[in-house]
Amino acid sequence: MGLRKRQRMIVVVLALALVGAAAALVLTAMQDKIAFFVSPADIASGTVERGRDFRLGGLVVEGSIERASDGSVAFTLTDGAGDVRVLYAGILPDLFREGQGIVAQGRLEEDGRFLAREVLAKHDETYMPPEVADALKRSGHWQEGAEKLR
Amino acid sequence: MIAELGHFALVLALVVAFLQGTLPLWGAARRQAPLVELAPAAALLQFTLVTLAFLALLNAHLASDFSLAIVYQNSHSTKPLLYKFSGVWGNHEGSLVLWVWILALFGAAVALFGRNLPRPFKARVLAVQGLIGLGFLAFSLFTSNPFARLDPAPLDGLGLNPILQDPGLAFHPPMLYLGYVGFSTAYSFAMAALIEGRVDASWARWVRPWTLAAWMALTLGIALGSWWAYYTLGWGGFWFWDPVENASFMPWLAGTALLHSAIVVEKRDTLKSWTILLAILTFSLALLGTFLVRSGVLTSVHAFATDPSRGVFVLALLGIAVGGSLALYAWRAPALQGGGAFAPISREGALLLNNLLLATATATVLLGTLYPLLLDGLGGPKISVGPPFFNATFLPLMVPLLVALPAGSMIAWKRGDLSGVLSRLGLAAAGTVAVLLAAALLADTRSTLGLMGFAAGAWVLLGSLNELAVRAGFFQVPPARAWRRLKGLPRSAFSMSLAHMGLGVLILGITATATGQTERILAMRPGETVTLAGYEVTLASVEQVQGPNYVARSGTFAVQRDGAPVTTVRSEKRFFPVESMPVTKPGIHSTLLRDLYFVLGDPNSEGAWAVRLYHNPLVFWMWGGAGLMGLAGLVSLTDRRLRVGAPVPARGSRAAAA
Amino acid sequence: MSAPAADRAGRRRLLFALPLLAFVGVGAFLALGLGRDPSQLPSALVGREAPAFALPPLEGRDDHGLSRADLGGGRPMLVNFWASWCVPCRVEHPILDRLARDGVTIQGVNHKDMPDKARAFLDELGDPYELVGSDRQGRVSIDWGVYGVPETYLLDGQGRILYRHVGPLQERDLKKLLPMLEEAR
Repeated sequence: MGLRKRQRMIVVVLALALVGAAAALVLTAMQDKIAFFVSPADIASGTVERGRDFRLGGLVVEGSIERASDGSVAFTLTDGAGDVRVLYAGILPDLFREGQGIVAQGRLEEDGRFLAREVLAKHDETYMPPEVADALKRSGHWQEGAEKLR
Repeated sequence: MIAELGHFALVLALVVAFLQGTLPLWGAARRQAPLVELAPAAALLQFTLVTLAFLALLNAHLASDFSLAIVYQNSHSTKPLLYKFSGVWGNHEGSLVLWVWILALFGAAVALFGRNLPRPFKARVLAVQGLIGLGFLAFSLFTSNPFARLDPAPLDGLGLNPILQDPGLAFHPPMLYLGYVGFSTAYSFAMAALIEGRVDASWARWVRPWTLAAWMALTLGIALGSWWAYYTLGWGGFWFWDPVENASFMPWLAGTALLHSAIVVEKRDTLKSWTILLAILTFSLALLGTFLVRSGVLTSVHAFATDPSRGVFVLALLGIAVGGSLALYAWRAPALQGGGAFAPISREGALLLNNLLLATATATVLLGTLYPLLLDGLGGPKISVGPPFFNATFLPLMVPLLVALPAGSMIAWKRGDLSGVLSRLGLAAAGTVAVLLAAALLADTRSTLGLMGFAAGAWVLLGSLNELAVRAGFFQVPPARAWRRLKGLPRSAFSMSLAHMGLGVLILGITATATGQTERILAMRPGETVTLAGYEVTLASVEQVQGPNYVARSGTFAVQRDGAPVTTVRSEKRFFPVESMPVTKPGIHSTLLRDLYFVLGDPNSEGAWAVRLYHNPLVFWMWGGAGLMGLAGLVSLTDRRLRVGAPVPARGSRAAAA
Repeated sequence: MSAPAADRAGRRRLLFALPLLAFVGVGAFLALGLGRDPSQLPSALVGREAPAFALPPLEGRDDHGLSRADLGGGRPMLVNFWASWCVPCRVEHPILDRLARDGVTIQGVNHKDMPDKARAFLDELGDPYELVGSDRQGRVSIDWGVYGVPETYLLDGQGRILYRHVGPLQERDLKKLLPMLEEAR
């Protein structure tokens, strides 16, 4: 085998090994590192697995926000078809308001409450997280076009 | 009137771009000297015209001319001057003008500084630049006219999104665009080389400074964006693997690979067709970034489809630019002559490994960014691909890269001696073990990932220092002589070590911040004191303050350590009445070793305030590391041998013959 | 050229065409996915008479509420569905204010809102409405087929729905809306 040919062989084998390793990494990550989006209605129907991270989106119910003395917050999210009580220890984003669509990432507790690690209301005032818009659309509360601005 | 002049200048620029993109190509193919000579003149004229348009737009913003739709929609008479200035590019239409202006700037720079390029080659480069300009000028004029008037003119504007009213964000887009658009030169050089069917060492020498400049700007642009996210978003995070961030990170990764592979072309005249492909892909990823951010496809795939004019236009541009160049590549690249052979254990081999790893990493980021969009577009389930995905795919790919880096940057060209190199890296290895032990014993980080990060950062940092020391001969000759030798080293050698040191510092900073953060979230009454990582933090007061275009609730925190005052830090929650929007400003006290990061939240019913207190170690190292990398680019650009105008005998003589 | 050499050259060509093929493949996939997006809203009501309804006034606002009888009457007008908790409504409000100042008649339906919050919203941002009906249960919105707020309907002088706009009104929407309004006059 010539030097050039052997060099090419080594490169090809290395590249294939790398691509294989990367593909394996991506596939395993796709198994358990991707957060699916669920709606309060999905939780109400009991089809949501507990103890796994997911994103929950909906509208913050008017008058449901309670601030505890330890700085944590509890509020209710709705999509019109189901309600979920969300607990969150932390400072809410600036655009968190009653009636605002938000996304919480975290897990479902055994008692059916949702423990959020992160609460997102994007920095753009006109932003409606796409998952929320979608869930609200499914339950007839919102329409696609209503959220696009920029 | 001035706005109409600007509009007119932009239309003229479109015409000039068309001429610049066609005539020189034809002239170069038919050896028509006058048409070839047209290219630099057209590039300079285009730059002048786009500059006029940009100045007209700037004037409208500074003068608060609300008869202009974008000024009305994004500005307000009470807005501070800096943000009237940055407001020019703080919106879709204006940012496109900035994009085109930077493209024209690079075109003019090639026209001016590329004096030693062979005429036909330069004409082809500038023609490709002209074609890119044509596409984006058309996009600007036909779908997003920045000079659209309102009749009647409103009395005052709607204001700029307060979150954008920030010095960090004012300069983030121009830096990012300098990087994105700068890679267009690498693309144009690659296209011109494909048209001519010839790539050689001098080609690599020409393309390198432009790639370097773009890479440098992109590095700093990304760092600026990350810094902005850190000090505005209110919880000390600095990187979110958000699609917008990935859009800028992918061209950076590909551009980094391009910088390294261009060295192989320059020094060893091999890896040529791969380097050309990388140049095409880097700019394609920059275009993809522009598309992702500008088309609205990220907010919602469907928003893109509901208002398709803009999205479809950028998508078409993307298709033509990428598809066209890849087609040219498929046609012409097989004709490129292969280079010399090299052993796998060699500098070429190391740089090839670097390229393979960076390309694979880019591919995983691309996949993670586009997969949710694809799934959504095809009617699949909504998913979020966030940090867990990228940490599990991207980071493992970086491990071999960082492990191999110090040895790879020392190994000889053509056929290297790995054991010899490793034996000379003994000092760095010992230092890395010491850092690892110290991290395991002292820091709170018990996580394996954290320890690996510290080890990788220390290995890269110390390995680069070690490499410099070996090069200067500190282990063979007396220190005084080695010191003189060190000072005599070429700047390009310094810049390589400096860039790698910057990477090491960056990794240490990221690891420390990500794994060593101390967080306290609690409700505090004014006068109350809590401890945070050895500091005593007192909420001294909360009061109302009046800003230039906002009112704020300002919390003052007094910080002490062992009874001695350290500093006071203010965090504000600002309310902007014009935009009727609140914005939180965290209070930050930075030193070289740690940041104290305090956020004032909302009051509860018992008169206490929700606060978040963070102790973030080594945050400054992240910005310092990125700064070092940018500085390394600058040092390399000033190297005499790499200067754009440096004499290039081989190519020059060929051009003379032709 | 001998056959194996030609074969090798062909393989080499194919190798260099791979990036292009991959790009074209992904592009076609994307185009198919995006192309079949059913985003344009069909509105069952366009071209028909507005449905019958009667809404009480917004507490504390000086009018008699809004009903079907207030629509039409020879005047073309806009009917805007809004709520104080709706962020995009905030965004479009300045445009409604400007339209009202320019003499466009706008009727408001306050959707699932608290009266005091709705009033505060109007106090803060201006009140472009001739009449406002308070639709606290969202019944009327269902009859009109409103998916979410804000939504705006253009009615002619007979109370027929000519056009429906979903989402916040923006500057560029006026280019379409104003000529239609002019024509309906």
